[in-house]
Amino acid sequence: MAIFLFVVLSFFTVASVTAMIVSRNQAHNALLLVFAFSCLGGVFGLLDAPFVAVAQIIVYAGAIMVLFLFAIMMFGSGANSPLEKMPAVVAAAVVLSVILLIELSAAFRAVLRPPGSFTGAASDPAELGDLLFTKYLYPFELTSALIIAGLVGAVVLGKKKGEE
Amino acid sequence: MIPPGGFLILSLILFVFGVIAFFVKKDFLTMFMAVEIMLNAANLAFLALSKWRGFPLDGQVIVFFIMTVAAAEAVVGLAIIRLVYRRRKTVRAGDWHRLKG
Repeated sequence: MAIFLFVVLSFFTVASVTAMIVSRNQAHNALLLVFAFSCLGGVFGLLDAPFVAVAQIIVYAGAIMVLFLFAIMMFGSGANSPLEKMPAVVAAAVVLSVILLIELSAAFRAVLRPPGSFTGAASDPAELGDLLFTKYLYPFELTSALIIAGLVGAVVLGKKKGEE
Repeated sequence: MIPPGGFLILSLILFVFGVIAFFVKKDFLTMFMAVEIMLNAANLAFLALSKWRGFPLDGQVIVFFIMTVAAAEAVVGLAIIRLVYRRRKTVRAGDWHRLKG
């Protein structure tokens, strides 16, 4: 059952990312990515990470991609624009990605040298919260500083010139 | 039971597709979305490897941080794109060549 779910979810994720590469409509791209990230949230759930799975759907599919949709509504090109990158660029991209694929698969094969299987029970979100506020307290505080910096930066950048 | 390699292969495919999308796409909004795909692939690898190595919670905390950084990055990046859009009236990467120097 879990295997079946994993295959279906990863198929939908990869298929919608592929469709996003092929499609030239920005709004379609954003919606395809919403779908891909939701399916990926399901994959995270299969990894016994319920909190991260829900956060993935809320934060990525819900918040970040909707922010992108707003941006597309504001200054997207709208109509399907013709592909204007040179074929040479596309060919170089494909060659580079094949090299990257080979390197990464070699790295993963080395990591998985003793091929084991997953052990341990599903993790509890309460334990995650405990860990976040004890072992990872300083990174957590730094994250809040980062978010404040991002917020202020976005406001400053979004301000019209001459407005004080 | 799903073998750990399955998750790693999925993360590999997603990362490489993100790289391809980043190179092939020509407007900044979609290139930004490609970066999000790559971040998600990294998240998946973090979750799978940390669970496989026996520290599932540490991996989940890292993924939580990555999501926060991705959100902040999207906000600031979109603000910058909007700023340049107001001058250039376009979001296509090829039309921003005057940015250099």
